[in-house]
Amino acid sequence: MAQDRNHSLAYVRTDMVQDEPAPINSKGPIAWVRQNLFATIPDTILSIAAILLLFYIIPPMFRFLITDAVWTGENREACIVPGAGACWAFVDAKFSQFMYGRYPVEERWRVDLTAILLIAGTVPLAIPSVPYKKWNTIFVLVIFPILAFILLTGRLGLESVETSLWGGLLVTLVVAIVGIVVSFPFGILLALGRRSKMPIIKMLSIIFIEFWRGVPLITVLFMSSVMLPFFLPDGVSFDKLLRALVGVTLFASAYMAEVIRGGLQAIPKGQYEAGDAMALTFWQSMRLIILPQALTLVIPGIVNTFIGLFKDTTLVLIIGIFDLLGIVQLNFTDANWASAKTPATGLIFAAFIYFIFCFGMSRYSMYMERRLDTGHKS
Amino acid sequence: MNNDSNAQSSKASLLYDPVARSIFFQCLTVAIVAWLVYAGINNAITNLEKANVASGFGFLSDRSGFDVSQSLIEYTNDSSYLRAFYVGLTNTLLVSALGIFFATIIGFAVGIGRLSQNYLIRKICMVYVELLRNIPLLLQLLFWYKAVLGVLPNVRDAMQVGNIYLSNRGLAIPKFIPEAGASTIFWAFVVGIIATFVVAKWAKKRQMKTGQQFPTILVGFGLVLGLPLLALIVLGFPFVIENPELGGFNFRGGSVVLPEFVALLLGLALYTAAFIAEIVRSGILAVSKGQTEAAYALGIRPNITMRKVIVPQAMRVVIPPLTSQYLNLTKNSSLAVAIGYPDLVAIFSGTVLNQTGQAVEVVLMTMLVYLFLSLVTSTFMNWFNSRVSLVER
Repeated sequence: MAQDRNHSLAYVRTDMVQDEPAPINSKGPIAWVRQNLFATIPDTILSIAAILLLFYIIPPMFRFLITDAVWTGENREACIVPGAGACWAFVDAKFSQFMYGRYPVEERWRVDLTAILLIAGTVPLAIPSVPYKKWNTIFVLVIFPILAFILLTGRLGLESVETSLWGGLLVTLVVAIVGIVVSFPFGILLALGRRSKMPIIKMLSIIFIEFWRGVPLITVLFMSSVMLPFFLPDGVSFDKLLRALVGVTLFASAYMAEVIRGGLQAIPKGQYEAGDAMALTFWQSMRLIILPQALTLVIPGIVNTFIGLFKDTTLVLIIGIFDLLGIVQLNFTDANWASAKTPATGLIFAAFIYFIFCFGMSRYSMYMERRLDTGHKS
Repeated sequence: MNNDSNAQSSKASLLYDPVARSIFFQCLTVAIVAWLVYAGINNAITNLEKANVASGFGFLSDRSGFDVSQSLIEYTNDSSYLRAFYVGLTNTLLVSALGIFFATIIGFAVGIGRLSQNYLIRKICMVYVELLRNIPLLLQLLFWYKAVLGVLPNVRDAMQVGNIYLSNRGLAIPKFIPEAGASTIFWAFVVGIIATFVVAKWAKKRQMKTGQQFPTILVGFGLVLGLPLLALIVLGFPFVIENPELGGFNFRGGSVVLPEFVALLLGLALYTAAFIAEIVRSGILAVSKGQTEAAYALGIRPNITMRKVIVPQAMRVVIPPLTSQYLNLTKNSSLAVAIGYPDLVAIFSGTVLNQTGQAVEVVLMTMLVYLFLSLVTSTFMNWFNSRVSLVER
């Protein structure tokens, strides 16, 4: 009977089928290309367009920046050769100017020392696992600014260097760091003011914040450089850099306040109530309970504000302060180095420096965001 | 005894009474602010008198005496400072509006590209965003202006396509000088837009009632483009074309798009697009995957899923930060002063301030314009935002 059935059902196999090899289009580089570049017809068209675009951009860029570029030379003669690419010799010749401006050569060790102190202060602060965060923060926010001020301007027996001689990356960093460090306490006060229950203080804070956020930085700089002197009593005068710093700080405080307000809002109400229940005064509960939590939460926001401010420092060149971009641009007019390729070279060099700083900081901010994201945000 | 303790407790409570303290601190703040303002104004009056600068806004009606390279409204060097102010304002608005338009298109394309299945497109979009976001806008503007547009050939060796010339003096294109009846075309365009709104409303009503769809977008395109085209044909092309001609060191006739304008527009649009791309990407990622899966489970095709399910929900996340990017673009257009495009800051806080010396009035007016623009834009976008987010219960 069983045998009969086997014979009558011809489609039932009696032997095993041979294993077939895995289809070539699911593994290996060919499959990857098929899935990621040529999955559908529109995809294929896009891929071909992208390949053509890259083919059109990358080789000429490579030639301009590397193979055709002029790496050494004494003056413009080297760079006006037909077919020459980027004029790196220009950057090489002007490099120290791009970094220090016209800061006296024999005093430049002071700038270097300040930079080393800055790195020594901020790197351990940025790494979460390094201990003594409190002392580290005090060093960066209080001691370092004082030391930097003494070193850079020349106090306590050091030879005085006027700020009009400062320039290049030095000024860029001074403006950005002073802006962020000074705006930090102001930002905290404004953020607390905006969340205050006192109507007048709340209103004043809102007006202040919205005003600075509503106007472009360049008008703020115009204001602080041409309008501010009129409002000061007779005999009081700031130097140009300090006036720019006032403008930048006012501007940055408003943005900082909004970032910190975000952190304050993220703290659950129970934390405020706990502070009250322990009979802490307002400032005690802020200092011991609320701000430590709120400020940790907004570290990424503060870093992002700093990136924005760092990029915005370029605007000081419009009011005649020679930051990195300003000094690069100033050197385009140097008759020794004027060539058709000089502006492109100088700007690409400056762009590279800004990119390294901003990209590095934005990666750090993303890293902190991931670290702080505990997954139970309300 | 009883009275005495009462008096004591009320005395103590006044010092520790939250209401009293809050009133005291507010009064103190007001006093400090008022004193600062008073001292500032007082100093300003003394200083201005000493510097012999007339104060007030009387200078606005004086003759300006300078020329402006680009103007949307009629302006000569005989016009008043107020007129120059309007020229700067319209130039700022022009570059901001065009910048917002292009930045939105590029930004959405790049933002969606960053989520593409296609490896190459994804990576190109990523490099675009990271590169442009991390380099200061001013540097980019100078790059476009000096390194790219600055090395274009002279007027004599201008690149030529038909009657369009590209040189370091800008892009010279034929000018269409309207003749009688040309305004009809503009009105046809306006009617087209209004008709599209009416059709869209009717189509939605009909779809709600009967479920039948209507090709609103296609009909809308037809109305907006078709009506002016029809008017153009019926009126028999009421324009005189004036071609740019090479003459001396510059072009005569035609209209010239300034290189400063091109550099500013390019810089603003590309820079802001990088930020918009990130906003769009995070907006789309914020829509939960279940929404896509639910739509597919209902048998809705991917294209329509994107349009009717994902995008409307993503828009809610996208619109608030998008508004602030639009505002940033408008404010950043003030960087025009660095490359010499005659915007509000360049004309008013630059030339006019230098000529009149009335720093306080000039800078305040400039700031108030931007403040006003910010407030108007954010009010409009808040209204739009509330309409979009009303979809929820």
